[in-house]
Amino acid sequence: MIPASFDYEVAESAEHAVALLAEHGDDAKLLAGGHSLIPMMRFRLATPTVLVDVGRLDDLRYINADNGTVSIGALTRHSELEHSPLLAESAPLLASVAALVGDPAVRHRGTLGGTLAHSDPASDLPAAVLALGGTIVARGPGGDREIAATDFFAGYFESALADDEMIVEVRVAANAGGWNYQKFNRRAQDWAIVGVAVADSGAGVSLVNMGSTPLRASAVEAAVAAGASAADAAAVAADGLQPPSDLNADADYRRHLARVFTERALRAAGVA
Amino acid sequence: MTMTDEPATNTHIGQSRLRREDPALLTGEAQFIDDMSLHGEIWVGIVRSTEAHATILAVDGSAALEIDGVTEVLSGADLAPLWGEGALPCAWPVTDDMRNPAHLPVATSVAKYVGDAVAVVLADSRYAAADGAAAVSVDYDPLPAVVDVEAAVAEGAPLVHEDLGTNESYTWPLIPDPEAVDEAFADAAHVVSERYVQQRLIPAPMEPRGVIAAPGVANGDLTLYSATQIPHILKVMTAVTLGVPEHKIRVVAPSVGGGFGCKLNVYAEEILCCALAMDRGVPVRWTESRSEAATATIQGRGQVQHIELAADANGRVKAVRVKLLADMGAYLQLVTPGVPLLGGFLYHGCYDVAHYSFECTSVFTNKTPTDAYRGAGRPEATYAIERAMDSLAVAVGVTPEEIRSRNFIAADAFPYESCAGLIFDSGDYQAVLDKAVEMADLPKVRAEQARRRADGSNRQIGVGFSSYVEMCGLAPSRVLASLNYGAGGWEAATVRVLPTAKVQVITGSTPHGQGHETSWSMIVADKLGIDPDDVEVLHSDTAISPTGLDTYGSRSLSVGGTAVFMATDKVLDKARLIAAHQLEANEDDLEYVEGAFRVKGTPTAEVPFAAIAFSAFTAHDLPDGMEPNLEAHVTYDPPNFTFPNGTHIAVVEVDTDTGDVEVVDYVAVDDCGNQVNPLIVEGQVHGGVLQGAAQALYEDAVYTDDGQIVTVNLGDYLVPSAAEAPVYRLASHVTPSPTNPMGVKGVGEAGTIAATPAVINAVVDALRPSGVADVTMPASPQTVWRAINEARGGAS
Repeated sequence: MIPASFDYEVAESAEHAVALLAEHGDDAKLLAGGHSLIPMMRFRLATPTVLVDVGRLDDLRYINADNGTVSIGALTRHSELEHSPLLAESAPLLASVAALVGDPAVRHRGTLGGTLAHSDPASDLPAAVLALGGTIVARGPGGDREIAATDFFAGYFESALADDEMIVEVRVAANAGGWNYQKFNRRAQDWAIVGVAVADSGAGVSLVNMGSTPLRASAVEAAVAAGASAADAAAVAADGLQPPSDLNADADYRRHLARVFTERALRAAGVA
Repeated sequence: MTMTDEPATNTHIGQSRLRREDPALLTGEAQFIDDMSLHGEIWVGIVRSTEAHATILAVDGSAALEIDGVTEVLSGADLAPLWGEGALPCAWPVTDDMRNPAHLPVATSVAKYVGDAVAVVLADSRYAAADGAAAVSVDYDPLPAVVDVEAAVAEGAPLVHEDLGTNESYTWPLIPDPEAVDEAFADAAHVVSERYVQQRLIPAPMEPRGVIAAPGVANGDLTLYSATQIPHILKVMTAVTLGVPEHKIRVVAPSVGGGFGCKLNVYAEEILCCALAMDRGVPVRWTESRSEAATATIQGRGQVQHIELAADANGRVKAVRVKLLADMGAYLQLVTPGVPLLGGFLYHGCYDVAHYSFECTSVFTNKTPTDAYRGAGRPEATYAIERAMDSLAVAVGVTPEEIRSRNFIAADAFPYESCAGLIFDSGDYQAVLDKAVEMADLPKVRAEQARRRADGSNRQIGVGFSSYVEMCGLAPSRVLASLNYGAGGWEAATVRVLPTAKVQVITGSTPHGQGHETSWSMIVADKLGIDPDDVEVLHSDTAISPTGLDTYGSRSLSVGGTAVFMATDKVLDKARLIAAHQLEANEDDLEYVEGAFRVKGTPTAEVPFAAIAFSAFTAHDLPDGMEPNLEAHVTYDPPNFTFPNGTHIAVVEVDTDTGDVEVVDYVAVDDCGNQVNPLIVEGQVHGGVLQGAAQALYEDAVYTDDGQIVTVNLGDYLVPSAAEAPVYRLASHVTPSPTNPMGVKGVGEAGTIAATPAVINAVVDALRPSGVADVTMPASPQTVWRAINEARGGAS
């Protein structure tokens, strides 16, 4: 498939990008790595009339750690997360999850800000940021605002960003607690059929592709906090969830998988 | 046939040699259809049916015509005068009463499957063509669709072709002695009866299809560039279908990015572009998108198999009885009806079985036509017999290797006349199996399997066997005639020695990834005692290679390569006459050593090949009456098929919590006869095995009950990548084929034929203690998990 026609603007700065978004309204989309947006445009599932390319904003490619907070520029590529010694030390879950996104080509193009803004419930990194209790910094015409990851994912492919806002930074607390990510898929480069991220020895648990957004598994977290075993905590992982049905898994099987992989992730993260 | 006495010197044949094709492919220098452009070309966009079965009430192109660059919108009715009665060809009417409904390139009144072409947009760019096709509005009146192949033969099923009064295309039996089969079943100590479903597969070559038709207005000629496996057959069929004089048509297949059988066809888009180009007097082109390829290109497999084995108390199989339902899709493409027959001779596998009954009923459904897909009938047959043999092993209470050993055709039985009437050329099936068993280290694997079973581990181990024999090297023309195939099975080659002793080989076998240029140059270089790099191989353009029958059915080396071998012999025969003349010696006293003829016992009296080549060109000093130049042409018609065989063993681990299957070891021992380039053999087995494992575990062309296809992109249609490939451990056992002078058999399809049942047998072996006796393909995690749950009697 080939996309419908569109106009293309290159943003010189985050402020310029925000101004272009304000100018073009909701017909415009930001283009970062393009590995989610371009395929959707090729299938004509997305038909933006203007693309604002922020992929060249290299000043938004960084990973810093300071006073227990890890700050990551929105244009940081997955491969940079994957290979960052700083991240391996301060937020190893994020580095580990980044290494499992797509294939090497995707990881060299895809960006952390892009995957969060895209808000695909089947994506890996949003769930990791959620489990880590991260904060998303959005820039708009009126300046920057901070959005907690728990408030960021608004619906199926919908975020809390306004039409004229872009993500500039993602912050997570440095955390050395037990962590693990379980990604279940049929081919290495595919989205997770179900994924489970565990941070801080079970204090943060999130689920991939178990609903219309990445989900915080608060019942599991509460069970762990109350001293439940991994098996008992995992038993409630899918309670009340309405996961999607597709070619790979129907809703019942997904619920089963969520329990299996939550238990495995909790064990790997040190929950007995 | 003229043959020299000289054995091949074999400095190259049998040596692994890097493919000369690869640098251009890897650097992007190779030219595929979509890399080309012709002055004045116009683009075709195709509007495809969104309904599985519907009357086309109206085609409204008004919105499309408003798009910049869109010049015309044409319905099937608008286009009909371009081809008149010229329906797309089916070259294999397997029975005299086969029903073959007219298949026009663009439907005029009724769309019969999702993807059926219903209108055409002409535009000045590919983008405008795509925008235009998306903007055409078609008014459909839906008709009942028949999607499932078993539903299609049920009483009262909707009819794909109302005028035929039935969905059945043909029934083809191969039952040499029906009473003997019945008796064998009546007397059997063990009867195995199984039903297997071969899901439809989307071939998905790296390069989808593409076509450019370029007319020569002044001379009334036509050049067709197509991503095809069969430029020669396509030329004949284009002439027949459109009434263009054949000598005015040139077909060129540029670099072609794989085919796996799906480019062994004459497609609507080829005929459409040719017809429009001739009519409009400008080049007309079309490039298939990946999603379009899911429905516009043929699909593979699509069968429901019933197989029964009658065996004595020791598990010796006495008779095999098969009833097959084969899904043709909505129309018969080039060799659609013949595909089940290619398996129809092989449902007894590599076993010495006395009595045979095979019957295939082929039916129309409201889906994309099926046709040849890597293995074409033989993977299906091998799957059925190899799965059933495992069931028999369980019934008899012996191991899978033991049941196979008890039934193998013995090594001293070749040439072996099979119960289906074939003459198997050579093989030692037991030696092949023994080698595979040894490589797989079965005692260790089975000890670990037993330990995990005892522990109730959630990672269960399974071992799966697949012993196969296939028929390839299509084929003796007379045998093809007996099957009503519309062409011969020969292949042509020319070997032309240039004045400077460099060599051109012209082959009618058309490569699209197989490495013909490398292999053919090795054959010629060996015989002539020259460097393979001094041999150029020309192909895939009917102006350069006017005679040929192209590449499919693992025929290239055993038929096309043999033609090259024999043409080189003819060149050497003539060169020998020139050498004898110049040395004033009797030709029988000459020997050809290291690229020179010399008088036996007088090493100083010699004429190097280069000198003969130049003499043949100058013609100054040739024997009386000899024509100048050194060139020979051979058309070789093989006396028999060839019969590659092998045993593959897959070891899998099944995660019983999730149903996930991992192939943890894969041993393949293949007998493809003598090997010209073992590196290419290895590559064919690697790719073939993964393609076969893909049917077992990943790939499935999924349709809804109302005929909508769900898997139209490579996100949903799971072609495995290198990351999913098992670590292969390969070995060979060589029994040269007596059918051809090089003793070669063919290896292009072997891996695909062997791998599917090996993997599924392994999955079933892993789960047998849980009570699972079968899993449907593809054995996805969900499917396997449910099979486990159902066998345990738990919730599914």
